Amino acid sequence: MAQHIVKAFDEQLNQLDAKIAEMGGLAESLLADAIEALSKRDAEVAADVVTGDRKLDQLEDEVNDLALRLLALRQPTATDLRAVLAALKISSDLERAGDLAKNIAKRAITIAKASPIAPVTGIVGLGALVQGRINTAIDAFVARDAKLAMDVWSSDEEVDQLHTSLFRELLTYMMEDPRNISACAHLLFIAKNIERIGDHVTNIAERIVFLVRGKAPERERHKEDESSSTEVRPLKKEN
Amino acid sequence: MRNMTVIDRSRSGQTADVPGGSEPSVAPAASSKEHKFQARKVAVYYGTKRALNHIDLDIGKGEVTALIGPSGCGKSTFIRCLNRMNDPIANCRVEGQILLDGMDVNAREVDPVELRARVGMVFQKPNPFPKSIWENVAYGPRIHGLSSTKVELDEIVTLSLQRAALWDEVKDRLQESGTSLSGGQQQRLCIARALAVDPEVILMDEPCSALDPIATAKIEELIDELSGNYTIVIVTHSMQQAARVSDMTAFFHLGDLVETGPTDNIFTTPRDERTEGYITGRFG
Repeated sequence: MAQHIVKAFDEQLNQLDAKIAEMGGLAESLLADAIEALSKRDAEVAADVVTGDRKLDQLEDEVNDLALRLLALRQPTATDLRAVLAALKISSDLERAGDLAKNIAKRAITIAKASPIAPVTGIVGLGALVQGRINTAIDAFVARDAKLAMDVWSSDEEVDQLHTSLFRELLTYMMEDPRNISACAHLLFIAKNIERIGDHVTNIAERIVFLVRGKAPERERHKEDESSSTEVRPLKKEN
Repeated sequence: MRNMTVIDRSRSGQTADVPGGSEPSVAPAASSKEHKFQARKVAVYYGTKRALNHIDLDIGKGEVTALIGPSGCGKSTFIRCLNRMNDPIANCRVEGQILLDGMDVNAREVDPVELRARVGMVFQKPNPFPKSIWENVAYGPRIHGLSSTKVELDEIVTLSLQRAALWDEVKDRLQESGTSLSGGQQQRLCIARALAVDPEVILMDEPCSALDPIATAKIEELIDELSGNYTIVIVTHSMQQAARVSDMTAFFHLGDLVETGPTDNIFTTPRDERTEGYITGRFG
């Protein structure tokens, strides 16, 4: 799109984009670090995630300030207005994603104190999947690519499926040996947190589609997360 | 004078028929389906230069329609066609058809003076007559023969000044000159003068461009109050003003009507990229 007649307007909008891109990059690395802290049982990396989340909160405040100034001083319309609104909402989704990553890191510290258990591998896979979605979503935002955003939007199904199978796996572990329950309960929350981050990424994808096309995606997204209706029954003991 | 029924309408550009059946039906005044003006293939030439290219535009009855676009886009030319203000301009030729309630305004039997009583106009710079405030408002109804007695004229002057939200400020000095008022008051006096002949439509050609923000806000509030009872067409260079006051917005560019639609849509999700470029300040 052509540049604004007033150059400072473009500069401020670009600043807003840059801040969102920075937030996206930070949220992505916080999730990656939290997962690394879990898989490598590294409390130091986990502590870094907690610190990094503060930076993300600060960036969100900066996005709010910038957006407020843009609305008050420039009275943006049409695509500019949608860009400011999208930035406000995306920053809030990314901030929540950071909080969830922080929670994963805290749980990683607790789990590191117990003996290692197998399902961590599944969590790593889920984490990598969601991390990739954050990355693609931010690419789509910067490039104003609604098609790419729709790809991200649709890919939440995979996250849901993986989350449901992890849920089953963890329940099985808990039944096998009650000593696993504490660690597995934390892993359940971690898996849920990652799945929630995935939902925030889906929201972000919706904001991008709205930003580019002026309306949010129309069709109802197919939901694959069946963990809320999943139950695992113990095998009946034969008399 | 017509009965003054203030119709409470949302600014969404949608019709606001009074819900429930107990109210008397005032819906026709606010119905977006009813058109006050229908312009078809309107082209205007100044000499050989074409200023407007076959404009098709409907103007809803009781609605506020804003015409926006860069200088020279034809919006003022178009608004002037609606009450034949282009007639006195030498070399100006209007083609196509403009229907006011189904009547061709350019038909030979239409008296332009009568037309302009139905379709009043307020200009960019307030232009009160160099006469008293009372005389400014009473002049129109008197020459149009709308009243014969001083008592009737007093009534019209009072009502018009009240409708123009000027009464409280001038009621004690009606005999003072209209030119002694502030710019914003003068503009409201001109609106009162237009209202005094009981028009159906009020055309406003950049009515606030010479006014400060407070006076502008008063005119905008006035437009809001008059809409519903009057069809208002406003040309404005302030896009924020168009966004604030109008139900429908039409964007003109280089003599073409590029896009028209509910104001909400034009300012949030315009369809044409020229509209988008103009309202977001990207026009080269």
